[in-house]
Amino acid sequence: MAIATAPTAPVGKLARTWETAPGLYGVLATVDHKTIGKRYIVTALVFFLAGGIEAAFMRTQLIHSNVHLLDAEEYNQIFTMHGVTMLFLFASPILSGFSNYLWPLMIGARDMAFPRVNALSYWTFLLSGVFIYTSFLIGQAPDGGWFAYVPMTGRTYSPGLNIDFYALGLIFITISTTVGAVNFVVTFFRMRAPGMSLNRVPIIMWGTLSASVAIIFALPALSAACVMLYFDRRFGMHFFDAAEGGHPLLWQHLFWMFGHPWVYIIVLPAIGLASDMIPTFSRRPLAGYTFVALSTVTTAILGFGVWVHHMFATGLPMLATTFFSAASMMIAIPSGVSIFAWIATIWHGRPVFRTPFLFLIGFIVLFVIGGVSGVMTAAVPFDWQLTDNYFVVAHLHYVLIGINVFPVFAALYYWLPKMTGRMLSERYGRWVFWLMFIGANLAFFPMHISGMLGMPRRIYTYQAGLGWDTVNLITSIGAYVFALGVLLFLVDFFRSLSVGPEAGDNPWDAPTLEWSVSSPPPPYNFAVIPTVRSRHPLWEGRLDEEYHTLIGSGPVLDRGRETFGTSALDSDPFEILQMPEDSLWPLILAAMMTVTFYGLLFGVWWLAILGLVLVILSLAGWCWPKLVREDEMDLLPEEG
Amino acid sequence: MAMVARPYDLPISPQDRRAPGRMGMMLLIATEASFFVYLLFSYFYLASMARGAWPPDGNNPALRLSLPNTIILIVSSGTMWWAEAGIRKGQQARLRIGLLVTLILGMLFLAIQGLEYSNQSFTPATDAYGSLFFTITGFHGAHVAAGLLMNIFVQARAWAGHFTATRHLALSNVALYWHFVDVVWIVVFLSLYITPRLG
Repeated sequence: MAIATAPTAPVGKLARTWETAPGLYGVLATVDHKTIGKRYIVTALVFFLAGGIEAAFMRTQLIHSNVHLLDAEEYNQIFTMHGVTMLFLFASPILSGFSNYLWPLMIGARDMAFPRVNALSYWTFLLSGVFIYTSFLIGQAPDGGWFAYVPMTGRTYSPGLNIDFYALGLIFITISTTVGAVNFVVTFFRMRAPGMSLNRVPIIMWGTLSASVAIIFALPALSAACVMLYFDRRFGMHFFDAAEGGHPLLWQHLFWMFGHPWVYIIVLPAIGLASDMIPTFSRRPLAGYTFVALSTVTTAILGFGVWVHHMFATGLPMLATTFFSAASMMIAIPSGVSIFAWIATIWHGRPVFRTPFLFLIGFIVLFVIGGVSGVMTAAVPFDWQLTDNYFVVAHLHYVLIGINVFPVFAALYYWLPKMTGRMLSERYGRWVFWLMFIGANLAFFPMHISGMLGMPRRIYTYQAGLGWDTVNLITSIGAYVFALGVLLFLVDFFRSLSVGPEAGDNPWDAPTLEWSVSSPPPPYNFAVIPTVRSRHPLWEGRLDEEYHTLIGSGPVLDRGRETFGTSALDSDPFEILQMPEDSLWPLILAAMMTVTFYGLLFGVWWLAILGLVLVILSLAGWCWPKLVREDEMDLLPEEG
Repeated sequence: MAMVARPYDLPISPQDRRAPGRMGMMLLIATEASFFVYLLFSYFYLASMARGAWPPDGNNPALRLSLPNTIILIVSSGTMWWAEAGIRKGQQARLRIGLLVTLILGMLFLAIQGLEYSNQSFTPATDAYGSLFFTITGFHGAHVAAGLLMNIFVQARAWAGHFTATRHLALSNVALYWHFVDVVWIVVFLSLYITPRLG
């Protein structure tokens, strides 16, 4: 059998084929998933800092009774933007960043399924974030909380542009998230290297796949709600207007039909990241791979059936709240399965306590605390007692910091060396971890107590003598300690770029394919497309397994930007996919969308229509085939 | 599967049902369909919460224009199918004619819907029912318009001779989208025009 092996793969030719063009054009037109992934991560971290600064303002305001650093309206804008930023501009995009960067490297592909859609996803994320943040320039940032309940956010009580920025900004960002999700799903089912059957993919793939499917079905609820809110405000419609046959609870239903799946959208990929890192530091494969994968998918599905637990206090019928209460408690089961799988992995392993592993332990601890307070608030009478007070704030921060931020920081310490080629400092890393871990607990545990003491969330100041001063002081100190940890991380990161030790291909002795290529990886990812035979391609020798993943020998695919298209279950290659070149269209399209949204925001209809026409023309320009008549592709030279 | 012995024996980006672009279009349709599900959820939710008659003025939406219009859209799905079946056999003329007829039928649908809008006794700002009626049918109309723009785009490519019997993925995707727009209309029609008569 004539095997197209390449003892010396033509790496020069591959590099020329896959390189992004030099200069400004390349910067704006690149479709390289690695560049896009890094941009996602950096942009999301910038928004994380912005959200952190907003949090620092809030904690300074609340450090003591009767502080008036911000007035009530400013405080409303700050806490709303903190929520919007952290949930929409940090928590989800940073995970998209990691998935974008890692997926093709983990699955032995040369890019995502739709590289130009990938670029569009990034540019729309960036521009929608900028769109929302320009509200500060005219002093009218969204001020209705991140869930913007009507009627307070209706035209009557909120006549400014604040909520228009919110509604349109969120519609804008759903475009980014949705096209990104489509890209992940297709990549999952078509782009895996030969032999990487469904039971061999890293858990992050399951996490992001589950999240992406949830995005496809849940995000339209947010778009629909925001469209209605905008129509009510701008055109005097009555969706949420009880006087004219509308209903304010319609907003809450639609928002939480989106909102609760969103919680899982921003934690499942992070859980996946953690599930892929824990084995590396436990020096053994993940215990219960199948159960972790299934519980990930199950959580995403159950997440669609629990939205009413955000609405227990709205007077819904008891039967309905009981059902949703039971469904919410059921989520503890798959979460528990995953937690026990991680504990079993560590228990039966030989743990190595490096910085990423510290963050992973912190993640498990915070996950358990946040999970327990979650089961508590899932009980209807308990929830009635605590709705809209600081106990809920404590719960949601334990969940989001525990299951999103901590795995993300573990992942930064773990995968940044792959991206930059330089290790971060272990000494700094320990300080970063302990500052963030102690800070988080110091900040958020006392919030349980301030909630029990009756402190409502979202108040901009409070009177002395209510017994809230001490807990708030502790919370604020905790927040500053946490912030110090984040700043120290930034110092460590910039330091590492110049003085960090060289990472080498596989600094953690990890099992998955991304560690088989250089750090940073070459533009073509793999000189030879690997043929995968197990879940742990780089650990096969020592695991006594008789599998032999082929790395470094096999098909090269060097006649253009090419990678395999493989079958959904078994990953049998059935086609060679030609991947697109650099293109300016994604950026142009995103820019034209921005024009449209500003037109809608200010009610400048000619501008909105002009933007829309340009969006249509950009799409046509994008889709028009560039080089050849499609049938000519059939005439490509055949070589043996 | 053994190692890929002769990778270049595999077809290069074949435009069959397994093509990534096909899957992408199906997922786009899934998310758009969800959007309409949430709009219709809002319709039925507010209908169930209504204290008086639904529709509020007691008049069910008229079938005089909407029923023929429904038939026009269903027929246009048929002509689109006929066009696509044509190019599968390599028949360029049938493709072009089919697309053109579909385009005309689609424009006719929008024109009749515009006529119906101008005949309505209420506006989107009259009450929540008016908001729902115009938003749901309006978003559907926007999807028809999007389908027509796609039609114009692939029609230009059809006249430029881009499509062959085996390579016409863009056309198949546009056809799929058009059928989706058609199905959405049937559901919208049943929800807005027929269910109020069943009560």
